[in-house]
Amino acid sequence: MPAPPRTLSTEAVVLRHSDWGEADRVLVLFTREQGKVRALAKGARKMLSRKAGHLEPFTHVKVLLALGKDFWIVTQAETLNAFLSIRSDLLRTAYAALVIELLDRFTSDDGENPALFQLLVNTLSRIASLEDPFIAVQYYHLRLLDLTGFRPQLFNCLRCGKEIQPENQFFDFQEGGVICPRCAPQVPTARSVSLNTLKYLRHLQRSPFETAQRADPAPSERNEMETLLEGYFTYLLERRLNTPHFLNEIRREIASRR
Amino acid sequence: MAGLPAPLEALITAFERLPGIGPKTASRLAFFILRQPDEVAQQLAEALLAVKSQTANCPVCFNIMLAGQERCQICADPRRDESQLCVVEDPLDVLVIERTGGFLGRYHVLQGVLNPIEGIGPEQLRIRPLIERVQEGRVREVIIATNPSMEGDATALYLRQQLAPLGVRITRLARGLPMGGDLEYADQNTLLRALAGRQEL
Ligand SMILES: [Zn+2]
Ligand SMILES: [Zn+2]
Repeated sequence: MPAPPRTLSTEAVVLRHSDWGEADRVLVLFTREQGKVRALAKGARKMLSRKAGHLEPFTHVKVLLALGKDFWIVTQAETLNAFLSIRSDLLRTAYAALVIELLDRFTSDDGENPALFQLLVNTLSRIASLEDPFIAVQYYHLRLLDLTGFRPQLFNCLRCGKEIQPENQFFDFQEGGVICPRCAPQVPTARSVSLNTLKYLRHLQRSPFETAQRADPAPSERNEMETLLEGYFTYLLERRLNTPHFLNEIRREIASRR
Repeated sequence: MAGLPAPLEALITAFERLPGIGPKTASRLAFFILRQPDEVAQQLAEALLAVKSQTANCPVCFNIMLAGQERCQICADPRRDESQLCVVEDPLDVLVIERTGGFLGRYHVLQGVLNPIEGIGPEQLRIRPLIERVQEGRVREVIIATNPSMEGDATALYLRQQLAPLGVRITRLARGLPMGGDLEYADQNTLLRALAGRQEL
């Protein structure tokens, strides 16, 4: 059997880090070549470290990794995009944190997924540059579900198979999509979803971002869309997410200053 | 594999909970203690218990202090300038800044840092008491000394938003190029901030 490669040169996004030993950090990276990997950045907490600034969460980097005994070890790091406008804005930070948390939870170690990597990088640059990143984040939610195998069915009733009519509908987490009002009584866990919100979800699901970003849902529809998707994520992951609470707190903060 | 005696296993498990200590180091430490004279274990055990029972948070700045005191040494010292308030993440940062001898104001320890990814929000930190301290009116400058990290930046942003309406001067520790560093290795982030924080010569 050939020996596995000892080094890996790849683009990556830093998902999170934790302190390790006296001055080191363990990073969780999402790499283009090998999906999620853990890597040790030696001395990253020392102020002098040349690597530290390149290895903060949300940073898009190019790294050279060498296979150590227990971990990959970061031997070189170079920032491709630090997304400084995310880091200088709390709301953008909160959106980016949500995006990162979802990616982290929906992937396991060493599952290569270059399309997901590209989606992540695109989404971070959208969060960094768009005036209101809301749609970009909802678009990410739907693409993430596609790329991890949980694409919700939004066009046909999952019970009778009939095409969805222009009327308020139901959505069931367990079934993974819409249930028409006729079938809803047989699915007690189905929750109602307004026709408009469903339209936006369908629009995001089937459009490229350039088209999708023109969506302009009303505040109540934004709310419904977000709550529905968050509920679906919680159902799929079988645990609550950390970041929506933080995001909502920041939003409340902004609203109270207006 | 035959298991270790339960007390030894328990000690190894306890060490493994410490930050930066993996199973190997934990075993090494446990066996080290086992080989030492009894009083080493005795002293360690006593110190471990005392650190919890005989310390408390200063009710003013939330720094760590001896239990039973009304406030910490720094807060109780009338020579410390109360118009300057340095906000840090944890008590260790107070220690580091105190060692420089370059700061004669007072501190406020947040006891953590905003961590959006881990879901640590403002209400989990000592931010409310900080606002209340500043509202009392004697503080003129708040120096934010959180780490130059994503979490430290988020915390600084949040504090700035909260403190700005109170009309105090808000500063943050200067971030620039590390001593002994080399421009060509500086990351974009550090370099941009060093440029923004450049000083008159
Ligand atoms: Zn149906
Ligand atoms: Zn004190």
